[in-house]
Amino acid sequence: MNLVTRILAALAASLLFGTASAAVGSYPLDPFPTDKLTHEPSLQRGAKLFVNYCLNCHSASLMRYNRLRDIGLTDEQIREFLVLDPEGKVGDLMTIAMRPADAKTWFGAVPPDLSVTARARSSGAGSGADWIYTYLRAYFRDDTRPHGWNNALFEGVGMPHVLWELQGPRGATLQEIKEVEDEAGNGSAFVRTTVVFGVDGTRTETTEKLDGHNLHPSRQWTLGEAQGGKLSQAEFDATVADLTAFLTYVSDPSARARVRLGVWVLLFLGVFTVFAWMLNREYWKDVK
Amino acid sequence: MAIENQVETPGLLGWIDRRFPLSSLWKAHLSEYYAPKNFNFWYFFGSLAMLVLVLQIVTGIFLVMHYKPDANLAFASVEYIMRDVPWGWLIRYMHSTGASAFFIVVYLHMFRGLLYGSYRKPRELVWIFGCMIFLALMAEAFFGYLLPWGQMSYWGAQVIVNLFSAIPFIGPELAIWIRGDYVVSDATLNRFFSFHVIAIPLVLLGLVVAHIMALHEVGSNNPDGIEIKAKKDANGIPLDGIPFHPYYTVHDILGVAVFLIVFSAIMFFAPEFGGYFLEYNNFIPADPLVTPAHIAPVWYFTPFYSILRATTEDFLLWWMIPFLVVFALLVWFTGRSALSRLIVTVVVAVMIIGFFVVDAKFWGVVAMGASVLILFVLPWIDQSPVRSMRYRPGWHKAVLAAFAVVFLVLGALGTLPVSPTNSLFAKIGTLLYFAFFLLMPWWSSAGTFKPVPERVTFHGH
Repeated sequence: MNLVTRILAALAASLLFGTASAAVGSYPLDPFPTDKLTHEPSLQRGAKLFVNYCLNCHSASLMRYNRLRDIGLTDEQIREFLVLDPEGKVGDLMTIAMRPADAKTWFGAVPPDLSVTARARSSGAGSGADWIYTYLRAYFRDDTRPHGWNNALFEGVGMPHVLWELQGPRGATLQEIKEVEDEAGNGSAFVRTTVVFGVDGTRTETTEKLDGHNLHPSRQWTLGEAQGGKLSQAEFDATVADLTAFLTYVSDPSARARVRLGVWVLLFLGVFTVFAWMLNREYWKDVK
Repeated sequence: MAIENQVETPGLLGWIDRRFPLSSLWKAHLSEYYAPKNFNFWYFFGSLAMLVLVLQIVTGIFLVMHYKPDANLAFASVEYIMRDVPWGWLIRYMHSTGASAFFIVVYLHMFRGLLYGSYRKPRELVWIFGCMIFLALMAEAFFGYLLPWGQMSYWGAQVIVNLFSAIPFIGPELAIWIRGDYVVSDATLNRFFSFHVIAIPLVLLGLVVAHIMALHEVGSNNPDGIEIKAKKDANGIPLDGIPFHPYYTVHDILGVAVFLIVFSAIMFFAPEFGGYFLEYNNFIPADPLVTPAHIAPVWYFTPFYSILRATTEDFLLWWMIPFLVVFALLVWFTGRSALSRLIVTVVVAVMIIGFFVVDAKFWGVVAMGASVLILFVLPWIDQSPVRSMRYRPGWHKAVLAAFAVVFLVLGALGTLPVSPTNSLFAKIGTLLYFAFFLLMPWWSSAGTFKPVPERVTFHGH
């Protein structure tokens, strides 16, 4: 068994190494503050933000307005503040009027339905909530894009920075180290490309050759400081966290009820198991 | 007046017994079915498999009340169940956790068979029915996985059905026939729904009944691998046997309780299980125009998927051919009959020629199929003089442990994208997997075996 354990450990190490070296330059995810998920005011603020900023292009067509009773709102409050369609009823699904064909023409891609995005965007790098939280806070100015904004997590995204007035514009720097083939065909060399995006959106690119050993490909974004927004960076982060908390709730509305019920179920099963064990022991006393 | 059957039971029960073998079935299969008294932890998984089957059927019945098997409506109907149907979320999670739990339980149930030689004579048919159940279960899971109509559902089905197009001559037509269309589409969804909800559950139920009937005909094996029917008392009851009811019915309640704790913990606190029980990509509605970066089957198929991916042209020419040649030589020099030598030579020759003539994709499908079908012949390739691992040479246990590790490693590799390191380990794993079975006639009969006890080893509770 000792040999087997050692072989297993070596296997695991090499597999992990294999997977680690494969992921070059994916923008790291910031951890979403999960305590917001149980904070009703946050979820309600998130609902307000969602309906005002997102529910024009993005539908949440699997979510019903009146389900928002879960986060402490009454039907009257939902009807008055969140259902923006004057003909809409509180039992309606959160659909939008934009036609997919129009969306494709205007944005290049159809804005996805956000009903289960927080579940779909989970990965080994982090939860879906982490992804949304990071995504909404990774925008910077880029005049080469049609709507003037680009995103470090989702490069070339068709979505503009909807929350730009709250955060304010900012620039970014991309540093990329690549291995390129020599023009003359004499093997390859490492070059560093630096792309600077100014606060005004201008893009400047410089490339320099690198000498040295132990060079490996890498890709790193540094986002600039936002200026001129209605909220400070901390306030903006909290606002995005509220919106992310709401989206996480929307993708799994029964989550809180599920966890609460689970505690009781396991307590019951624990007691049941004790009795089952005692019953078993009692019967098996006969068996010699 | 017609001649009535005579029975011993009075009253209503007697009325039934004269018309239906209720009491005799109860006695034959429960209260007077004598099972060995030394069942251990490994013997819980049969009854747990039956529990999960019932769970899947009952939750399935309620899901089908609200699910819509239409490509435009399926994904939304699943979310409708999750949000608008009272307790729909619980039923959906029970079904998804149950599917993974079914495979965990079944793999452990099969491993028990390997540990104690439960497939040996006279229980070959129990094992064969069991292997057929395993095949039916894999088909059931595969068909069921398309139903949520997520990205992984769609593309997983697309990949696997495309495998059938690799079969020479009939392949492409066969794939169209299975799909009902040129690509996976609404037609495919409708028929997979039919298979998943009606066709295969009926087959599964029939096979489970046959499996248990075959078992009861010969009696259960036990961890010591000895026949309890060899030593009976004056009444014909095995000395080491105890009636299944009440001893094992009560014992299995305990097993169910512990299983439900683990099952509920996962279902209530982590139903996605890190993206292995409910895959993240499946929360994106199926899009025929967008291929996911990484298509992988659900975790319980990954060992076989690994074997499929490992079977490249490289693997066939440089790994399989030498292995087959060595195997053929082994049979030539130690084989007992001329017929077996002839069969092996012909098969190996055909395969080696085939490796050059037919595309490796086809051989990948063959390898994947063979990795499951080889289980069927286990009763005949195990040549050990004793049934149970307990009385075999110590190194046999190491071989079995190595096989289990290989199976798990192949499974882990199947979840990862292809890379040079992963590919190498998958090839080694595939070779070791087949070597375990193909070389079993030799390794299972080698070494010094311990004397088998007269009576089962049992310590009173």
